[in-house]
Amino acid sequence: MASITLSKVFKSYGSGKTANQVIHGVSAEIHDGEFVVVVGPSGCGKSTLLRMVAGLEEISGGEISIGSRVVNDLEPSERDIAMVFQNYALYPHMSVFDNMAYGLKIARVPKDEIKARVDKAAKILELGQYLNRKPRELSGGQRQRVAMGRAIVRQPQVFLFDEPLSNLDAKLRAHTRLEIQKLHRDLGITSLFVTHDQVEAMTLAQRMIVMNAGIMEQFGTPEEVYARPASTFVATFIGSPPMNLIKEAPGAKPGVTVGIRPEHLDITDSGWALTVDALETLGAERLVYGRWQHGEGYELVIIRCDEGRPVPQLGSTIHVTPRPDRLHYFDTTTGKRI
Amino acid sequence: MVERRPVLTFVSHLILVLGIIIIAFPLYLTFVASTQTAEQITQSIPMSLVPGTNLIETYRTALFGGETSAGSNLSGAARMMWVSLVTALIIPIGKTTISLLSAFAIVYFRFPFRNTVFWLIFITLMLPVEVRIGPTYEVVASLGMLNTYAGLTIPLIASATATFLFRQFFLTVPDELVEAARIDGAGPMRFFRDVLIPLSATSIAALFVIQFIYGWNQYLWPLLMTTHEDMYPVVMGIKRLLGGEAYTEWNVVMATAILAMLPPALVVILMQKWFVKGLVDTEK
Repeated sequence: MASITLSKVFKSYGSGKTANQVIHGVSAEIHDGEFVVVVGPSGCGKSTLLRMVAGLEEISGGEISIGSRVVNDLEPSERDIAMVFQNYALYPHMSVFDNMAYGLKIARVPKDEIKARVDKAAKILELGQYLNRKPRELSGGQRQRVAMGRAIVRQPQVFLFDEPLSNLDAKLRAHTRLEIQKLHRDLGITSLFVTHDQVEAMTLAQRMIVMNAGIMEQFGTPEEVYARPASTFVATFIGSPPMNLIKEAPGAKPGVTVGIRPEHLDITDSGWALTVDALETLGAERLVYGRWQHGEGYELVIIRCDEGRPVPQLGSTIHVTPRPDRLHYFDTTTGKRI
Repeated sequence: MVERRPVLTFVSHLILVLGIIIIAFPLYLTFVASTQTAEQITQSIPMSLVPGTNLIETYRTALFGGETSAGSNLSGAARMMWVSLVTALIIPIGKTTISLLSAFAIVYFRFPFRNTVFWLIFITLMLPVEVRIGPTYEVVASLGMLNTYAGLTIPLIASATATFLFRQFFLTVPDELVEAARIDGAGPMRFFRDVLIPLSATSIAALFVIQFIYGWNQYLWPLLMTTHEDMYPVVMGIKRLLGGEAYTEWNVVMATAILAMLPPALVVILMQKWFVKGLVDTEK
């Protein structure tokens, strides 16, 4: 097992004047045995970052080390990593056993040890009875487990996951999420997991990296990221429904954007007056969309009401009071937290 | 025609049966002629449509040659069959090997002028053998390859079609497979051998069948190339049986024709399953 250190990592495609930079100097320290999730919208460079750690993309600038070794110029197979791909990338013509054993065969691991390792992985992943099947005879979830099995048998220093759950249906995804958690608890291997799904990120991560447009916006535990978002991007990206951001909030200084999460707004007898614009019922809770008219424009403010609270009428006026200790302040121009 | 109606079923079957008769009748005629004696064929007009009794004798003469009842001396097709078989095997094997390797290079390696190379290969598609037969002969002759297996096969091995086919197939192989192999520590040739070739198996089979028939049916090129009788392929042999002697032994001609048809037919029948699979689906 090993830590991963990224220091001022850059990536650009092309060269000279036409070069297109996609990762703008990411630095992060991932501890030994830690499970870190990289999350961000599509095109933010999260997969590129992972592929640079894997050695599938060249590193244009900066350094990546695994353990104490700088791996910039090492082939993927020399980096002591294993990767799980989004579409599993199983060899279609090989049986499940051969798929898992292929890397070991190339590394000239003795036959009986290969068998022992594959059997052990198959047992962990409950794949024992499928070892002789071809990938096309398996369901999506089983293929996903084979892909993980292929990673496990290598006994690598680092696991890399590239959106491994996005091809599964919702129920299976939740189940596999738990399995990955358990796997990490049992094996304790440093893991880097890329996803665009914030629920996956929040539930799996010990710490998470939030990326946007090639920049690392925040690196912290899910609680930190949720409670103290470093920028307006993080504030709106993490959490559903997103945090309310109000540019010209009553009583706030100019140039400051005020943020408040929907669950931190209470409907009270007096306070900030809003018109109820829409209602959404989600079962355990309701979302109230309040329209706040100011000057010529208006902004929609989302309020989350727990079950059992009185529901306001559509079109009526309500008063809300934010919990003062839950207010966030951001610089309107830079978007950074103040 | 989605609906099932008795009339339509009958009509479509009728058309199919008529088609089969039209195609199969000449084959039957050839077979019947090969079972009769030369005299029977020439003397009864029209020719009898019932198989004769001379089958074994005719085929022995067709294969191993010898003095015929009509007095002409034939050389026999066995040697020619062998030449055809060797040619028809070297061509698909060589073609597949070269095309697989060149397609692999074009798709998976970044080298300067990669696209130029591809287009150069592609352009040769526009030139059939007949167009470049003069210069090719010149080259083969000055290399001293006339009347050799090398001369019969090498000019026909270079193939843009097969390279193109494999290139298209390799392009459909997901990139992740290459990356997974890289992480597993497989070098390029290892990946080629362990992953690409097994995945291309059906395409290779389809190509083999097509190219075997192509090689077997070569006529113009061997006609230019070979001057020694022991390097003639069987297709040329049939033509020679018709022209050379004053009296044409039709039963032997027909028997040789049947013999010449058998290997390609066998290849198609034996590899049918693979062949159809290769043309229809790609397993990914």
